[in-house]
Amino acid sequence: MLKKAGFESELASDEATVERAKKIILPGIGAFDHCMQRFNASGLRQLVTQKVMEEKIPLLGICVGLQMLMEKSEEGIESGLGWIAGRTLKFKKDQLGDLKIPHMGWTDVQVSKSSELTAGLGEEPRFYFVHSFYVSPDNREDELLRANYGYDFTAAVSRANIFGVQFHPEKSHKYGMKILENFGSL
Amino acid sequence: MKRIRVIPGLLLHQKGLVKSVRFKDYKYVGDPINAVRIFNDKEVDELAILDIDASHEKRPPDIDRIAAIVSEAFMPIAYGGGITRVEEAEKILQNGAEKVIINKAAVENADLITAIAKRFGSQSVVASLDFKKNWLGATKLFTDNGKTNTRLDPEQFAKRMADAGAGEILLNAIDRDGTFEGYDLEMIKKISDAVNIPVIALGGAGSLADFKQAVAHGASAVSAGSMFVFQKPHRAVLISYPSQKELEQQVYE
Repeated sequence: MLKKAGFESELASDEATVERAKKIILPGIGAFDHCMQRFNASGLRQLVTQKVMEEKIPLLGICVGLQMLMEKSEEGIESGLGWIAGRTLKFKKDQLGDLKIPHMGWTDVQVSKSSELTAGLGEEPRFYFVHSFYVSPDNREDELLRANYGYDFTAAVSRANIFGVQFHPEKSHKYGMKILENFGSL
Repeated sequence: MKRIRVIPGLLLHQKGLVKSVRFKDYKYVGDPINAVRIFNDKEVDELAILDIDASHEKRPPDIDRIAAIVSEAFMPIAYGGGITRVEEAEKILQNGAEKVIINKAAVENADLITAIAKRFGSQSVVASLDFKKNWLGATKLFTDNGKTNTRLDPEQFAKRMADAGAGEILLNAIDRDGTFEGYDLEMIKKISDAVNIPVIALGGAGSLADFKQAVAHGASAVSAGSMFVFQKPHRAVLISYPSQKELEQQVYE
């Protein structure tokens, strides 16, 4: 999808690739601890941190990649990166009514603040979500998009050059394409 | 407004896509990559792709073929067929599929479901239950694309799958497959009452009203094959998908 949006991407498994990156996407599949352990063991954490925190290149966390940006997660015992203050929480069953966990499917989002990442999404943007956990930033101004599943939760965050989305833009047709285009054009 | 996932189910058989009636009488419907591109344009919610030969032929999933299909898709894909090992699931997910669908291996080794759920999260593993009534009227679970009667009770098995860590149940009524006669609502109710995870109804859908019925009986999502690849009444091949407006008016709550 990035290719269709008109951007080149490389899967980074060594420092040289990260070193020449103009932007970084941090995806994450599966369990939080597994993702953190794999990231920590990759040998790239320090360099990615330097690129993002010092050189201020844009980073987009997707799904668990977003959750990795937070300080902690109820899903595991590993520490997150802590670049966004707050925690990752499990959906509260007693507040979901008949809704089941994981939250899986297309859900409409509301814009909490304007941002280059979410510019031009059009009316009634919807995205594909698959998750049992969601992020809860301490600072409300870090919230970019909101969605509702039984109750409102944070669907995307941003703080300076750091972005994170709970949904899967790469699987969200034209809406996801727009997010990736916007990220690529930052 | 609550959106309901509407999921075309595509069957890989030999070299192309086919559609069956009651798991038999395959009719060729086209090339999988071409179909995915059409479904991209139609902005479908999700696709389920099943290789219906793999388990029966004791063949592992064809990773290259899956990767070629998935890389064309701008929507989530669930893939099933021949998966017996965590490593195979890993390769399929790494190649961009969202979920793996486990059918036969779930019967033979429920630990596989647990292992995949532990490694990649429950949301990435779907347990697929093909069921059919036997001549005594008892509903039994089948594998091998409907060829093998496991003699297991689908409700008990669904509970076992949920306990094992499956994120969803794909509930497929063999007797209704390809018939356009509507879902087996009784079974949808029974299974979705029995488990706490989403149940996807499959088998028999012929109209948007059938989707609504399935949801009213407890399904969290609906899937269909023939309805999206054939034009009634003569099963002429025509890929279609309801518009957002039709879904909003006739399916969503």
